[in-house]
Amino acid sequence: MSDRQIPPPPKGGAGALLPPDAGRDRPLFLVAAILVFLACIAALGARGAIVQAQAWTSDLETSLTIQIRPVEGRDTEADARQAAEIATEIEGIAAATAHGRDHAEALIAPWLGQDNLPDDLPLPLLVDVELNPGSAPPVEALQSALDEAGLAASVDDHARWAGAVKRAAGLARTLGISLLALLMGAAAAVIAFAARASLAARIDVIDALHLSGAEDGFIAQLFQRRFFMLGLKSGTAGALIAVIVSLLVSWGDTPADMLFFLPRWSMNPFELLMLGLAPLLSGATAALSARLAVATDLRQRW
Amino acid sequence: MRYGRGPEVLRDLSFDLPRGSFQFLTGPSGAGKTSLLKLIYLAMKPSSGSISFFGQDTATLPREDLPLLRRRVGVVFQEFKLLNHLSVFDNAALPLRVTGRKRSEYAEDVAELLAWVGLGDRMDANPATLSGGEQQRVAIARAVVAQPEILIADEPTGNVDSDMAMRLLRLFVELNKLGTTIVFATHDLQLVRLLDAPVMTLSNGHLHIRPPRSQRLRPEPLESEVYVEDGPAEDEHE
Ligand SMILES: Nc1ncnc2c1ncn2[C@@H]1O[C@H](COP(=O)(O)OP(=O)(O)OP(=O)(O)O)[C@@H](O)[C@H]1O
Ligand SMILES: [Mg+2]
Repeated sequence: MSDRQIPPPPKGGAGALLPPDAGRDRPLFLVAAILVFLACIAALGARGAIVQAQAWTSDLETSLTIQIRPVEGRDTEADARQAAEIATEIEGIAAATAHGRDHAEALIAPWLGQDNLPDDLPLPLLVDVELNPGSAPPVEALQSALDEAGLAASVDDHARWAGAVKRAAGLARTLGISLLALLMGAAAAVIAFAARASLAARIDVIDALHLSGAEDGFIAQLFQRRFFMLGLKSGTAGALIAVIVSLLVSWGDTPADMLFFLPRWSMNPFELLMLGLAPLLSGATAALSARLAVATDLRQRW
Repeated sequence: MRYGRGPEVLRDLSFDLPRGSFQFLTGPSGAGKTSLLKLIYLAMKPSSGSISFFGQDTATLPREDLPLLRRRVGVVFQEFKLLNHLSVFDNAALPLRVTGRKRSEYAEDVAELLAWVGLGDRMDANPATLSGGEQQRVAIARAVVAQPEILIADEPTGNVDSDMAMRLLRLFVELNKLGTTIVFATHDLQLVRLLDAPVMTLSNGHLHIRPPRSQRLRPEPLESEVYVEDGPAEDEHE
């Protein structure tokens, strides 16, 4: 006879009705933790993208750019300086800075190269205009003042760029939220599946309790509590790993354009709340799916 | 009654369990004894027909009311259904726990009951480490711990020698004297002969009920005769 060593049961009559699940739940724990981690990363990423896009659009919305076109026989740099002076006179404008030819050359250098520019190549020059916060951009007033002064200038209110940035941010948000929904759905399905498997392995307990006159709620409660704790634990592990990863990302040297889609750690209330809720949500999902699995099984009995 | 799409296991049967009676249920292996008992302890719904319990038709009872009925029925399962992750004490106390009662309220009663079935010193043991007969007695303790009105025993003497079988039967007789209705399934006709109780016999899905000998034989001299016949069993109990 090859009898396994049978562990002694808890003494004194207070043994848990559900047996301890030594090892059996470990794969579930792992998968749930990974899913919660991915969900947190997706949420942090979507949140990061939204925050980033807001910062950019507000930068774009609180500034204007005047473009001075080069005209034969005129000193474009002088025109730019004059345009900056005109701009500061106008209501709602806080400051205006005229940029010289160096600035314009630097802007096109990536396309044409540093040294290939003939000195006499006519280049449009830029004037950055900073608006007073809260005031509507005085685009038309500025344009007509510049026209009156006889400058070949056009005012750009960045509307096109702001729109593009907003669209990108909206896309990132939709992507993040859909990803979040998918991951949460997957987590729920995995946990429900595991609850069912755990139930099948514990059919003897359910049998004994059911036939002893236990009410369905009593039996469901046992499994519900077990799975709530399991979901809570794996959710906590997943959220913690997400925190660590986002800390690493925000400390590490990441190219700025990648940062847009990577989660970055900023200790703001939203992120803390989300990371705090993730384990609870995971626990609640686990508890609910366990409850449903038990209820389904019990309803098939009499 | 049938299992799933299988053949009909029990058909056309009808019987009463008078309150406080002791009934044997016999029949060859596979005749459907366990199946019939499952109907009585509300583990299975009859495919057709009805079961009335304490004056209530179970077919019309809402599902939520069944647990309360089940608590009035104690069962010794043929295969015990003991939980090996719990101690003997916890197994015996299970029907009390599911009613939500606190340990402190029942600890003494359970300990006393276990002592009564001869397991006083094995309360903290794992049921899997007990002998078949000991497990049987744990199952019996669990079946009676909540003082059920009906006690159903499916081959409760199947795993023990005839000496132990006699002692267990005596235990059931004691419980019956205290007012518990007992259905005792066995194919041990020796045991059946020890008591003057009605015998239900299953064969081919049909139930045949044989009244107790005292009612089968003609009145006058038989009262004493039956008494004498019952004597040895009764004597041994005391
Ligand atoms: N869960 C089940 N599913 C399908 N068929 C079953 C099931 N349980 C019992 N049966 C069938 O029902 C018939 C009666 O079985 P049952 O267990 O009631 O017999 P029994 O009289 O208790 O036999 P034994 O004396 O061996 O315990 C058998 O033919 C058996 O194969
Ligand atoms: Mg049987």
